Amino acid sequence: MDMPARAATGREALVSRLKALLPVGSVLDTEEAQRPYECDGLTLFRQLPLATVLPSTEAELVATIQACREAGVPVVPRGAGTGLSGGATPHPEGVLLSTAKMSRILDIDPVARTARVQPGVRNLAISEAAARHGLYYAPDPSSQIACSIGGNVAENSGGVHCLKYGLTVHNVLRVRAVTSDGDVLEFGGGALDSPGLDLLAVLVGSEGMLAVTTEVTVKLIPRPQLARCIMASFADVGVAGDAVARLIADGIIPAGLEMMDQPATRMVEPFANAGYDLDAAAILLCEADGTPEEVEEEIARMSEVLREAGATSLRVSASEAERMRFWAGRKNAFPAAGRVSPDYYCMDGTIPRRRLGEMLRAIQQMEVKYDMRCPNVFHAGDGNLHPLILFDANDPSSLARAEAFGADILELCVALGGTVTGEHGVGIEKINQMCVQFPAEAREQFFGVKRAFDPHGLLNPGKCIPTLHRCAEYGRMKVHGGAVPHPGLERF
Amino acid sequence: MVDDLIAQVQAAAGTGGRLRIRGSGSKDWYGEPWQASDALPVLDTRAHAGIVDYDPSELVVTARCGTPLAELEATLAASGQMLACEPPRFGPGATVGGCVSAGLSGPRRASAGSVRDFVLGARLVNGRGQHMAFGGQVIKNVAGYDVSRLLAGSLGILGLITEVSLKVVPVPVAEATLRFDGLEQATALERLNRWAGQPLPLSASAWADGTLHVRLSGAEAAVRAARSALGGELLPDADASSFWAALREQSAPFFAGDEPLWRMSVPSIAPPLALAGQGLGGELLEWGGALRWTRSTLPADALREAARAAGGHATLFRAADTLSGRFTPLDPALLHIHQRLKAEFDPAGVFNPGRLYPGL
Ligand SMILES: Cc1cc2nc3c(=O)[nH]c(=O)nc-3n(C[C@H](O)[C@H](O)[C@H](O)COP(=O)(O)OP(=O)(O)OC[C@H]3O[C@@H](n4cnc5c(N)ncnc54)[C@H](O)[C@@H]3O)c2cc1C
Repeated sequence: MDMPARAATGREALVSRLKALLPVGSVLDTEEAQRPYECDGLTLFRQLPLATVLPSTEAELVATIQACREAGVPVVPRGAGTGLSGGATPHPEGVLLSTAKMSRILDIDPVARTARVQPGVRNLAISEAAARHGLYYAPDPSSQIACSIGGNVAENSGGVHCLKYGLTVHNVLRVRAVTSDGDVLEFGGGALDSPGLDLLAVLVGSEGMLAVTTEVTVKLIPRPQLARCIMASFADVGVAGDAVARLIADGIIPAGLEMMDQPATRMVEPFANAGYDLDAAAILLCEADGTPEEVEEEIARMSEVLREAGATSLRVSASEAERMRFWAGRKNAFPAAGRVSPDYYCMDGTIPRRRLGEMLRAIQQMEVKYDMRCPNVFHAGDGNLHPLILFDANDPSSLARAEAFGADILELCVALGGTVTGEHGVGIEKINQMCVQFPAEAREQFFGVKRAFDPHGLLNPGKCIPTLHRCAEYGRMKVHGGAVPHPGLERF
Repeated sequence: MVDDLIAQVQAAAGTGGRLRIRGSGSKDWYGEPWQASDALPVLDTRAHAGIVDYDPSELVVTARCGTPLAELEATLAASGQMLACEPPRFGPGATVGGCVSAGLSGPRRASAGSVRDFVLGARLVNGRGQHMAFGGQVIKNVAGYDVSRLLAGSLGILGLITEVSLKVVPVPVAEATLRFDGLEQATALERLNRWAGQPLPLSASAWADGTLHVRLSGAEAAVRAARSALGGELLPDADASSFWAALREQSAPFFAGDEPLWRMSVPSIAPPLALAGQGLGGELLEWGGALRWTRSTLPADALREAARAAGGHATLFRAADTLSGRFTPLDPALLHIHQRLKAEFDPAGVFNPGRLYPGL
């Protein structure tokens, strides 16, 4: 029997086994049915999987994993597919395991202040369901109307309020997950400080490489009585960056602290009508929340610091509607980029805040070098940058320049003492930059963590941690100064 | 300095030796007891000390493992900042490395988070003597698996932490401690859970012998508003700070004596713990009801069952004897992952053998 024929038979055998195990309509194997799953939010990479499976229950999910393990077929978990690093990009010889049908909120306990949900539940749906108890789930990625809690756990997602309220890892109490052995395990729990090693901390942010989440219990917190937001204008981006440092050094932790440069405000304003000051070189959005008295006190303190730090004008939201407009502009920055340019490439590096001015100046020089525009939105409180490189994927030169531009930014983040990804994950997108951030020994230790959870190497293979071989090739390429058209495509 | 430590690890790894990682020894009694036969050579971390980097406006401090916690906290305080998890020291010489390895948090844990929540990065010498950095000095970082948080509470079984970066927070502008007398445990639990569901600046709670203390921390206005909403009797500031310090350091009278001290961790809404209708022993509650210190001579199995039935777990925190079995046994599949992680980080079993669980 020749190789392709055997592969085809293996595929057919697995697909018919899965079809026998799961209800009708749960296994997709035609090209047409699988098109919607060929990519996540990183649309540069498209790949049809061997089959797409949509279990409705944990038992079906376990059965799927067991069948795949027995067939030696990789499994790529997928939530809502909004990920921006290709974490859910299908494997050509693998099964794509979608949690779309596992989207029930199982339990909201207003007294314990917890919600127990299936992995496919949308982030915002949790807060909506908890709202009648005056509670909400704090991490609020801009994609929260669409992204799933399973995806949030896998990426350790953040949002515009996580300086004060923490990331996913700080707000998840318990994760139930299936390993490639088919074991259903509970990480964390309803009680604090579970015995043994803190495996939950490792599972969060593990990009679907260690186990597949089937249930999540999250912490709910009381909705503050009031929130108000200051929009502060600055004539210089560096001055705005210093203002952020001043606020924090002054002992203020705003509920949200975001920066947008002028190209970014000008990009979103026609789209979102947020009321931004388009003459400012940069604006800061700075929010206070709490009791009315507390908000008043904090807004006064923050206004004073911002003024002293050189803000040219301040506007405080006068109503909830105006506050929502301020945020709508920020939260719509990515879609706005999609409107002004055929394509955009969203970077996600984090740097120590004190290096911000340097970073933004370097990006301006790169705009010249690569002849491309790059507006910046920035989780200023956390030092997490989202430069948006505008390009045209139909133009091969534009795409290649965008990718080289992105790699330059990420590698500068590492050089400035930061990291290549603050919240979007490594996936396949930043796998080469992992070679720059981590030496071989640390990467090998990461593989050790992977083996400890997934000795079969079944889950999401080839993502997140680059092999020695891959890093050696990347190193050679860099030496030759070559730009790679598709750094993630080969060898998966 | 760190080279000395690495050399000791490499020597041990090469000769099948084992090492006991130790700072000041302030938490020697915590975890699985060292058996008399385990007279292991000590890897003393104290010489590798000092704050490496601290910029208050970045909200991050990086310190070497042997840095005294007292020194670190004094440095932070001078800039109006603190460690939010309020870690207990349990001894004047407590080190930063010991604090992270033990992973013990203090009164603020339920509202602010635990030690692991504030770990941003760490340097680790693994069992092969390789010195590696994980995480970093920035607040948001998802590159690679979060090995640095995994080290919090690992009791040194994965390797020697040589340096950690911790997120720090501003010291609250205002603070007030309120006292409520004559409250049954069940009533106190009901109140604590109700209050936790409201936007109140609660930062600590303690109930024992019918008296509930709660601490409020935050903006002046928020603390003032909460005080009038909650009522109770205001403690003078000096009394309040010594009260919370005695609780954190377990120097309060409740913790004195030889009777075994159990740390019962349960959901905060669990009713008062009992076995066959009987209380378990003397109790002191913290963390909004989620932590229930219990003085009890009941058998370990009985106490573990009571905790399990309430949805939690029980740790034999302090005991005069050297019996093994301090932590709730792990589910076999979870234990398996622990064993494989240990083998990946410390294949020759150099570090702290048996400190977390026998055989690990
Ligand atoms: C417009 C836009 C704005 C965004 N804003 C933010 C933001 O503000 N902050 C932020 O952090 N991110 C943001 N993102 C990125 C993205 O939304 C998050 O990473 C999100 O958590 C992904 O969730 P998902 O359900 O779409 O996951 P997917 O994209 O489907 O998958 C992401 C990863 O999770 C894994 N995975 C999914 N489900 C499971 C499971 N059940 N078990 C195990 N692994 C699983 C996948 O294998 C993959 O590696 C944004 C994206 C877009 C498109």
